[in-house]
Amino acid sequence: MDYFLELFLGGLTRGSIYALIALGYTMVYGIIELINFAHGEIYMIGAFTALIVISVLTLMGMNTIAILVIAGVVAVIYSCAYGYTVEKIAYKPLRNAPRLSALISAIGMSLFLQNYVLLAQTSDFLPFPSLIPDFEFMEPYAHIIGSTEIVILITTAVVMVLLTILIKFTRIGKAMRATSQDKTMAMLVGINVNRVISVTFVVGSATAAIGGVLIASHVGMINFYVGFIAGIKAFVAAVLGGIGSIPGAVLGSFVLGWTESFATGYVSSDYEDVFAFLFLVLILIFRPAGILGRSEKHKI
Amino acid sequence: MKKYFGKVFVAAMVFAFAVSMMSGVGLAADTIKLGVAGAHSGDLASYGIPSIKAAELVVKDINAKGGILGKQVVILAEDDVCKPEVATNTATKLLSQGVDVVMGHICSGATKAALGIYKAENIICMSPSATNPALTQSGDYPNFYRTIASDDAQARLEVDYALDVLKLKKIAVLHDKGDYGKGLAEFAKGFLEKDPRAEVVLYEGVTPGAVDYSAVVQKIKQSNADVVIFGGYHPEASKIVMQMRKKRMKTIFISDDGVKDDTFIKVAGKYAEGVYATGPRDTSSNPLAVAAVEAHKKAYGADPGAFFLNAYAATQALLNAIEKAGSTDYNAISKALKTEYVETPLGKIKFDDRGDAIGIGFSIYQVKNGTYVEIN
Repeated sequence: MDYFLELFLGGLTRGSIYALIALGYTMVYGIIELINFAHGEIYMIGAFTALIVISVLTLMGMNTIAILVIAGVVAVIYSCAYGYTVEKIAYKPLRNAPRLSALISAIGMSLFLQNYVLLAQTSDFLPFPSLIPDFEFMEPYAHIIGSTEIVILITTAVVMVLLTILIKFTRIGKAMRATSQDKTMAMLVGINVNRVISVTFVVGSATAAIGGVLIASHVGMINFYVGFIAGIKAFVAAVLGGIGSIPGAVLGSFVLGWTESFATGYVSSDYEDVFAFLFLVLILIFRPAGILGRSEKHKI
Repeated sequence: MKKYFGKVFVAAMVFAFAVSMMSGVGLAADTIKLGVAGAHSGDLASYGIPSIKAAELVVKDINAKGGILGKQVVILAEDDVCKPEVATNTATKLLSQGVDVVMGHICSGATKAALGIYKAENIICMSPSATNPALTQSGDYPNFYRTIASDDAQARLEVDYALDVLKLKKIAVLHDKGDYGKGLAEFAKGFLEKDPRAEVVLYEGVTPGAVDYSAVVQKIKQSNADVVIFGGYHPEASKIVMQMRKKRMKTIFISDDGVKDDTFIKVAGKYAEGVYATGPRDTSSNPLAVAAVEAHKKAYGADPGAFFLNAYAATQALLNAIEKAGSTDYNAISKALKTEYVETPLGKIKFDDRGDAIGIGFSIYQVKNGTYVEIN
């Protein structure tokens, strides 16, 4: 039973790692139906920015919590700037082009950002300090779940709730929903569609940056390639949960995390990915729009 | 007018082609071309870049003394990012540039992919770091040599150390599913199964690049293993070690020369303490090695990286063999490599019939206070 619980928590942590990234994917898709492949790279840039800030602040001898907060804020601002710019450069000119063009542009942006960081920084793995201290009250459970993992879990939940509130109950959220339903009509009733899309990208990038900082401090290392692998898995999780749905992205991530964790624990880690993708195929056969996704009727 | 244009164009193309052919021949006669192939960028660049620097230093030395057989040596460096599918292109590109011998590649998988291409063109290839046993032992690649001992030697040492010195019984064997890591893990498992004192409680491959390894780590804990023997490279090793220590596990970790890299210690930090890794025997007391390291510091202002001395020795061995053979003929170089001793930073070496260097072996190292210390 202990073993089951440990695997369950392991899967939960891994799932919430995927979820932090998947939230941004699913949100952008929900509003403009674009799979933003550069999202993983924004996550990676967030982690790199945080690392640079941390290195500087540690030299100045600040305390850990302050460093964590400042690094997080700087990473969020920086990533938002990147997200905003990426949208303006790579997607906006293609707003009325076929969807495939925008997808190719997204893949190009992803490769560009990876190689840009590779050249500007380094190809080596860099150590990322674990910023979240080991809480003392956690010590008896440290062999099962660590403090960083708890923080990741809570953050995922909070980000999910905030995004839901943003979309359901705020003015900009209403505009986002309107834009996602019918862009032309939204424009006609006076919604600034370009601004709505920019805001979507900025919010998505902010979640990616938060994910980047927390996940890097859990894993303990980063390089230019981390965004790509994590991004692909998060994308799968978002599809699994029903792309476009925010609770779906979180649920899909947890399902993916648990599948991987239990497959490793009870079968073999050699087949971790095999089971994960087998499960994806099965779910998509029975629910083509994902677990929580709704298959929309197309307007004639 | 249009009619003539076509003919003139064809003639010009033929002329240009002929000129380029002639210039190619002209170059080949003046210089000896040493190909240096391996991971020069990407995740594993820290294994490959030292080999270029080693080749540059040796070649600079030799060229300053008048070159080989009266010819200057030039280096043609090509990147394979340690990927087999890229390595075949790398090899083809080197051949098209007319290399005489190749020093490389770095990773076993990439080396294997490239070797077939070199073999078809009778080009000798010497790796400073590819340790997969089959490369020499299968007999498929008579054109292959290496200045590092093969993986089964490392696996043997790891198993002996765990059983004889540390007196451990329950052993978990993990690998990264790659040619190098899995090969090594299979040897370790084979040796352990033949030994009545040992029990293999877990044998698994992990997915390289996964975001975390918590499930595998839980599985190690569940298996009650005393020690993990890991076959693979440092990015996965550091993640596994860090997660084990964060879960308060004290399981001993023994790995290979893919982990005996300073990047491992840099990334894993305090969690790296106590980790064992096998690596090439310490030759730092050899005066040639001291001189090579000094030359590196002078030229590049830093300590050399992984496999630097192996690459240095490989370059020396290749160039020495060409000199002794008196030509760049395949058979003559092969004979010279197997009969003529050469003084290198790794000691006095020549090669056996399969292409393994005689007089090169492994030691076991442990991380103590942030550096690898050789254990006797």
